[in-house]
Amino acid sequence: MTRRAFVNARLVDPASGLDTQGGLLTDGARIADLGPRLFNEGTPAGAEVIDCKGHVLAPGLIDMRVFAGEPGAESQETLATASQAAAAGGVTTLICMPNTHPVIDDVALVDYIERRARDTAIVHVHPMAALTKGLAGKEMTEMGLLSEAGAVGFTDGDRSVTNAQVMRRALSYAATFDVLIAQHAEDPMLAAGGVMNEGELSMRLGLPGIPKIAETLIAERDMRLVQLTGARYHLSQLSCAETLEVVERAKAQGLPVTCAVSAHHLALNETDVASYRTFCKISPPLRAEADREAMVDGIARGIIDVIVSSHSPQGPENKRQPFAEADFGAIGLETLLSVALGLYHQGAVSLIEALRPLTERPAGILKLAGGRLAKGAPADLVLIDIAERYLVDAESMRSKSKNTPFDRRTLTGRARLTVVGGQTVFTRHDHS
Amino acid sequence: MAPFPHRHLLGIEGLSRDDILSLLDLADSFVGQNRAIDKKSSVLRGRTLVNLFFEASTRTQSSFELAGKRLGADVMNMSVRTSSVSKGETLIDTAITLNAMRPDILVVRHQSSGAVELLSQKVTCSVVNAGDGTHEHPTQALLDALTMRRRFGHIEGLEVAICGDILHSRVARSNIHLLKTLGANVRLIAPKTLLPAHATSFGAEIFHDMRKGLKDADVVMMLRLQTERMTGSFIPSTREYFHAYGLDFEKLAHAKPNAAVMHPGPMNRGVEIDSAVADDKRVSMIHDQVEMGVVVRMAVLTALASHLGNGAPAGGTQ
Repeated sequence: MTRRAFVNARLVDPASGLDTQGGLLTDGARIADLGPRLFNEGTPAGAEVIDCKGHVLAPGLIDMRVFAGEPGAESQETLATASQAAAAGGVTTLICMPNTHPVIDDVALVDYIERRARDTAIVHVHPMAALTKGLAGKEMTEMGLLSEAGAVGFTDGDRSVTNAQVMRRALSYAATFDVLIAQHAEDPMLAAGGVMNEGELSMRLGLPGIPKIAETLIAERDMRLVQLTGARYHLSQLSCAETLEVVERAKAQGLPVTCAVSAHHLALNETDVASYRTFCKISPPLRAEADREAMVDGIARGIIDVIVSSHSPQGPENKRQPFAEADFGAIGLETLLSVALGLYHQGAVSLIEALRPLTERPAGILKLAGGRLAKGAPADLVLIDIAERYLVDAESMRSKSKNTPFDRRTLTGRARLTVVGGQTVFTRHDHS
Repeated sequence: MAPFPHRHLLGIEGLSRDDILSLLDLADSFVGQNRAIDKKSSVLRGRTLVNLFFEASTRTQSSFELAGKRLGADVMNMSVRTSSVSKGETLIDTAITLNAMRPDILVVRHQSSGAVELLSQKVTCSVVNAGDGTHEHPTQALLDALTMRRRFGHIEGLEVAICGDILHSRVARSNIHLLKTLGANVRLIAPKTLLPAHATSFGAEIFHDMRKGLKDADVVMMLRLQTERMTGSFIPSTREYFHAYGLDFEKLAHAKPNAAVMHPGPMNRGVEIDSAVADDKRVSMIHDQVEMGVVVRMAVLTALASHLGNGAPAGGTQ
């Protein structure tokens, strides 16, 4: 077994609260040991030594919301290219959404994803399976079998399950098997035709709006259903202060509810859409600045559990369109870490608080072994230069699609080295 | 007069008071030419104007065509049937293709808000927005303003009531921007379902009762009920709409005695406006609006002409 000694590291582990100078030893695919005095007597003979130069060594990130394009939209992204983007972004586990062609609503499709991931991807990939067959919102999928096959949760991805009866039954059934249900909260009727946040700006631009109530109403309803059924429920993304209130209340009641926000909603607001920038057309839409601030506050107070990339690749044929006709979605795997670190640099959260929604929390929600620095835990690691300032260049991104809203923006902090199962899958050379 | 400082006319928002006034003055100066026997001048001689309409239009397209011809330009009309256009990639493709034919001015109407601006980024010629989605229709606002100014002698201080389907109206948006810039007081009259949720931020007074909204108004600007842009039901019936928001003489009596009635056309008679009002020459300015449409467009084309190239290659190959 290969042993690798990471020396001169700043070990940061949100799960244990560890933040110390020290070293970490991997043995094969596992973490063998770690601590401030680990290599005081020198590194073990035969171990490969990696000098971390004082940079942060943290658990590899777990991204709970990735649209990987495969199968069906390989021209925009594949599991291979998504995993390369993930590795460059310090993401060692990505959860892919079932919104594919065909839909991941059958054991055979879960097997297919796992095989393709094993053969082509350089990070861990786990699928969430569809909650309803064909994402049609009518009949629930075979949650028991899909779960055994490897699905880590059930969701209709970017579609909301709107039929309350279907949702109630799905939650009841999910509670039986203790599987996770993830909901995209957006009432399609209230959101019908909308392309951006409903507000003064949408009015001025003459664009149909998506009201916040479309999200809050579904979230509010679902909390009642969770109360009724006891199922583990995850709100895939929230975008506004009102929905945050709903989640906060549910948590205060002790309901088994978690939620996530996308990095885009932490860093951008609706004014980024002005002059019809389709690369900022995402779902849910970017909201007002007060909502963005509420999202940051939600992270700081621990109400929001997880930060996701909501990575959604779209080629120019879908994006270089009049705003209303362009598709929703932005890529985010490579900028996820930088945006989270941005919260730390702005003083909104501590470093541990910035990393927890990317590591420990998603691991806990998904019941994955990773997301922590501990003896025996998977050797999924990221070495981060938290102070490096860099200019985002869409063209040099690893994703097959280049639809980042951060093009030509300066971000601070990114991965220098990414390790999956003890193996280096990404090394940043300067100027890359 | 200082040259018009913009290469394109994409909207009223972003134009200064001086920009607007200079266009109105210029337009006013064309009224005589337009009523003369020889209507032609040579301001745009040798220039090519292309009307690119992705949405059906009668008056705007013919108005631009006449404006171009009266200024001596060659005018080509391209009506792109929406049904045969596969979304906006064709918009950009069409723009690039047309641009390669070296037009000097492209007049564009498109059903998507922002589409004309997008197109303007892809071409080297000047672009005029002839209406984009529910965003802006700048030449309509200019011709409305000219009509009002010729009737009342000024725009500042006028009480202008804009009534009807504000939500789907690009005419309303452009008019609000223009009227606020020139110092008129704007009221918006509509049922709540036909007003944007944040209409108050326009800086206009909002009324849901038409009689109260019309009280002492100088100008009553009726909007067309845009059923083609409506998804779902915004009003229960046109009958009920006419009852509450249709302009008839009874409701008009609440406005000032010499109030002017305007409508951008095409009208839905008996829906938003009673024929008796629409056809009454003492109050209805609808035909004046159409006439002013041509001179305003002549003014816009003339203003933009000062930015046109002199025949040098428009970037790239010969």
